[in-house]
Amino acid sequence: MNINPLRAPSVRFVIKATAQRRLLSAGAEVFEHDFMEHHIPINSFQRTLLTVGSAAVSLMNPYRADMIACLGETSGEQALQEVLRTMEESEEGSEILNDRPRINTGTVDLDYLKRLPDGTLGKAYSNFLVDNRVTPDSRMTVQFVDDVELAYVIQRYREAHDLIHTVLQMPTHMLGEVAVKWVEAIQTKLPMCIGGAIFGPVRLKPKHRQLYRNYYLPWALKTGTEAKFLLNVYFEKRWEQTLSEFYQEMNIKPLEIRKTKKSIEGE
Amino acid sequence: MSLRRLTKFKRLLSPFTTSRTLTTQQNQNINEEKETHFGFEKVKESEKERKVHKVFENVALDYDVMNDAMSLGVHRLWKDYFMCQLSPTDNTKLLDVAGGTGDIAFRFLQYVKNGNYKNCHVTVCDINSNMLEVGKIRSERLKHQPETISWKEGNAEELPFNDNSFNAYTIAFGIRNCTHIDKVLEEAYRVLQPGGRFMCLEFSRLENSYTQWMYDQYSFQVIPVLGQLIAGQWKPYQYLVESIRQFPNQEDFKRMIEEAGFRQVSYENLTLGVVSIHSAFKL
Repeated sequence: MNINPLRAPSVRFVIKATAQRRLLSAGAEVFEHDFMEHHIPINSFQRTLLTVGSAAVSLMNPYRADMIACLGETSGEQALQEVLRTMEESEEGSEILNDRPRINTGTVDLDYLKRLPDGTLGKAYSNFLVDNRVTPDSRMTVQFVDDVELAYVIQRYREAHDLIHTVLQMPTHMLGEVAVKWVEAIQTKLPMCIGGAIFGPVRLKPKHRQLYRNYYLPWALKTGTEAKFLLNVYFEKRWEQTLSEFYQEMNIKPLEIRKTKKSIEGE
Repeated sequence: MSLRRLTKFKRLLSPFTTSRTLTTQQNQNINEEKETHFGFEKVKESEKERKVHKVFENVALDYDVMNDAMSLGVHRLWKDYFMCQLSPTDNTKLLDVAGGTGDIAFRFLQYVKNGNYKNCHVTVCDINSNMLEVGKIRSERLKHQPETISWKEGNAEELPFNDNSFNAYTIAFGIRNCTHIDKVLEEAYRVLQPGGRFMCLEFSRLENSYTQWMYDQYSFQVIPVLGQLIAGQWKPYQYLVESIRQFPNQEDFKRMIEEAGFRQVSYENLTLGVVSIHSAFKL
């Protein structure tokens, strides 16, 4: 889209063109305002510097979620275009692109999810947030993607990440994160996911490394290839769906390890 | 190198050019209230203080790390030299304005300790309590005698001190963030005793236009990126490099100091003019 490295593209032009192409819902404008407020134009030199720098910092300190987010944005343009295409080709995906739903405590009724019966997607998500002590509000708004459509795609990916953890039944320790990254890498082809999946295991402790090699990795590779495209899932409209039904629909089989619970729970 | 050749050279480096008007893209309102600059953005005067406050609120915790990263540690040398130029002796009552995390104040305490000077005291004044908090914690860690240093929240344009209450006044890398530089200088004059010395350490203009260009490239290309990588913040550092360009050059600033009533005004450039030390006396 932007062939001139001299200038960062004018985002106003892009937004106008997009609105004409897509039947955006009223709520979708909220994202546009957010996007405009946070957008930072960068040139190719700065993009390279940010990519290399954020990759290095992410490796050194995987708790710097902002650096992982940054890496995803600066290196993801091509992959995001593919993801966008895949979403456009699906009915549910297109709905998401039109509505541009956000996932945070303002948009999701966590109390309602808590009250849902066990075995539903919503209840599972609620449990996940509590068990792993995370909040959907911790996700940053995209800064370094110039195209508003692609920006929404990566924002959606970022906010749906915890839900992907939930449906894959992967906790947030390093082992679980790497498994999820493999699935995301295979499905989205985002360089940040691929990098995380390949380099993440370096940080695994010996016990987890064995589990990774014997169980998590083969499972993640299989699931990533066989499951349906996870970003096409309009999670917000499926809170009441049972997980078993979801798994059947999406062709996902959660990981089962025939060992004592102790060795899995580890750290 | 002729100007034309320099332009061709610049074109080769086009992937490195960037929109330097990041903040102006977001500002559309111009109305009757007097305007000033916030980096390259035009803002109402009443806005600037709040925006600057926000910048330092955001950067306080990473301030020292970022300074080291951006200047490759050289800021420590500048500040060391600055304190040597001040050369405090016995009975120095120093007011360090915009002193935030305490870099100048701590050097003062070290200097008077080394020289065994008696009856010295420094008051650190900053408009931002977050910066002062960071400074207080650092001071505790360094085990300073609490009676030699005090911390006060205050505005450089309206200092909460009586006339003629200090014999030395320093402001390092702070004055360019103030909305009304002339007011800051007037206040400095007011709180100093006759014979008191004013010293300012601030970013300035390079003596050579080619080196200025290289410094600009480093500032605009690299510094905000470093801010994002280290502190997770781009915009405060974009503001930083823009605000440096908005500050008056060495001669103009010297004139402003004279207009406030100071005499014996002089300046000294460090690192080719990246920073400049202005010195003056209330006579």
